[in-house]
This record gives sequence, C-alpha cells and structure tokens, in this order.
Amino acid sequence: MPAPFYKYGAFGDETSLVIAFVIGIGFGFFLERAGFGSARKLVSQFYLNDLAVFKVMFTAIVTAMLGVTYLSWMGVLDLSLVYLTPTYLWPQIVGGLILGVGFVVGGYCPGTSVASMATGRLDGLAFALGLPAGTLLFAEVFPALRGFYDSGAFGVRTLPDTLSLPYGVVVFGVVLMALGGFYGASLLERHVAKRQ
Amino acid sequence: MSSSSDTLTSAWTGAGEQAGVREHARAAPYTNPYVAGIGLGLVLLAAFLIMGRGLGASGAVNAFVAWIVHALAPAHATNNAFLADYIGDGSVHPLKAWLVFEVLGVFVGALLSGLLAHRVAFVVEKGPHVANGVRLLMAFVGGATMAFGAALARGCTSGQALTGGSMLNLGSWATMLAIFGGAYAVAWFLRWQWR
Repeated sequence: MPAPFYKYGAFGDETSLVIAFVIGIGFGFFLERAGFGSARKLVSQFYLNDLAVFKVMFTAIVTAMLGVTYLSWMGVLDLSLVYLTPTYLWPQIVGGLILGVGFVVGGYCPGTSVASMATGRLDGLAFALGLPAGTLLFAEVFPALRGFYDSGAFGVRTLPDTLSLPYGVVVFGVVLMALGGFYGASLLERHVAKRQ
Repeated sequence: MSSSSDTLTSAWTGAGEQAGVREHARAAPYTNPYVAGIGLGLVLLAAFLIMGRGLGASGAVNAFVAWIVHALAPAHATNNAFLADYIGDGSVHPLKAWLVFEVLGVFVGALLSGLLAHRVAFVVEKGPHVANGVRLLMAFVGGATMAFGAALARGCTSGQALTGGSMLNLGSWATMLAIFGGAYAVAWFLRWQWR
C-alpha cells in the first residue's frame, strides 16, 4: 500500500476526521508527558534553566525527519504528496517574532495551551480564550496586511532546494546540529544551575 | 479564585520546577525529554504516513473564528479573504475540519496523560511575585498575540516549527528561528512574571 494512505484513497474524509482525533490524542499525550502543559516548564527554555522545549522539539523533528527520509528511500512514502506550506519569507519571519513574544507573555503556544487547559491550568484557559481574539483582530486588519502577507513568496521550497544540496546531506546536517545542540543544552543547564 | 490561590501558595513554594505541583497532587515526574520527543516524532510521522500532512493547532482556531463570524455576520465573513478560506462554498461546516478534530484529540490525550500522572489540578501557573489576575490577563494577551503571529506566519509552533521543521520546509525553519529569537529578545523584560 503506497503512502500517504489518504492521498491514495485508502479511506474517505469522514474516516480522516476519526484519524485526526486519534492522532490528536497521541499529540496531546506526549505534550503533557513532556511537561508542556505547564507554562513554567515551557518558559524555562527562555531563562535557560530547563531546555526541555529545545530537546523535545528537536528530538521530535529528527525522529519524524529520519522516518520520512527512510520511508521515502524505501519507496513506501511519496514525499511529493506530503503537504508543505508555501514559503512567504518576510511575513513568516515577522510572524515568528510575534509568536516568540506571545510565547513569553502568555506562557504557552496554541497547541500546548490546549494541553494545559485539559490538565486544569486556568492560565492555559485564559491563553486559549485569547487565541480567537487575536485571530479575529488579524482577520479584521487582513485587507491592509494583504500586500505584506503575500511578500517574499518562494513557493513550496525546502532547505535542500535552497542550499542546492542533496536531501540526505541536509538530513545528516540537521541530525549533527541536533546532537550538538543536545550536548550544548546539557552544558548550559549545568552552567546556569551552578550560577543560581 | 480563592481556592486556587490557596493551592498556589503551597504550589510555588517549592524550589524545583516541578516540586510545587508534586506537593499537592502526588504528581509523577515528567517523562525524559528525549523519550517524549521520540513519542511526539512518531505521532508526527504517523500523520505524514497516514494523512500526508502534519500536526497543527492555530488552523483550528482560524476555523473556529470563521464559524463564529459567519454565524453572526455571514456577509462579513465571506467578504473577508482570510476567513473565507475556512468557510469555503458552504457545503461543509467550518468545524468539520481535520485540525478541529485533531485539537479535540489533543485535549483528550493531554487529559489522559495528566490523569495517569496525577498532574490534573486547577492552578494558575506563574512566578511567586505576580497576582493571579495579572497572570491571567497576560495569558489572554499572549494567546491573542500568538494567534496574530500564527496567522501572519501561516502556522504556529505545531504547524510550522514542528511539522514544517521535520519536512525541511524553508519558511518553517525561518519561522522557527524567529520564534526563538522573539522569545529570547523579550524574556528578560518579562522575568517578573515567572521569577
């Protein structure tokens, strides 16, 4: 059976919603397991005393990236059928900066606020209530932002395309970067713990 | 709020990051970050393999807002280019969307994990020197800020950083680096909320 299964018509839209729910359960389960239902745990990343956000995120990225790469090499998964958000560099950089500010102001990100709310965090609930407010504000100013929103358009573009390097070389580079990052994170945590 | 402040007083006297929660709820320690990361990565891989798409969160909020606006002021919603995408031609309910069902799952999965680890507690997460009301207001403002940023960046930490990051998507890596950059740039000014 070739993958992605859904793209090859293995099941319909109704079934895909059941799968969405089940995959969501796995997502929420591991977010909470990692401690990401707690704002204090999450923001510790930005005060350098606990770098779990970096460790969990990059372990997940490397795991999924290696899985996708090997499944594609084995001819099981057609990578061209996996959805990639097109790149709009400028709004994505500015949007990312705003996301980062909101992370430290609010203590969560959209996904982790759902996990925190589910485990009773009242600040997680307040954060989740703020989400539709921000989206509504964005929608109202969208006509004025339209030009910027569509700027820096590169289409569907990957790092290997951009760097003109083979896919496997970039994968290997990301793995090395992650391993170096994990080692650096453990040194940094020890350094910060000693200073406090 | 008085009952939660009582729990909080005992909750945040512990020095360790988890000590407070553990005190009042027999909470189990968090899973090793590398083990949790592998679990999260395998869930993401399953989404790629089964669906041909990754995880997300802010997209569900967009669908929710589109639905509310459409219910209250249909013409206003369909005339808005951002919201109209989530309403479509009206043949499918805006909430009958993949990300909406995924986010419902996130709630259930997190609750399940929290219950198993005795971590479910009605508390406000904050530093010891900030009032509950201030913290809740900051959380609301932070949520609104992140939703605005996610709309501009075409995705949040889930859809861009995690999902697009593992697919080596150029825009996702730019977004991810900017998220860390933005957060570190303001962390020092907001330390009163957490320290």
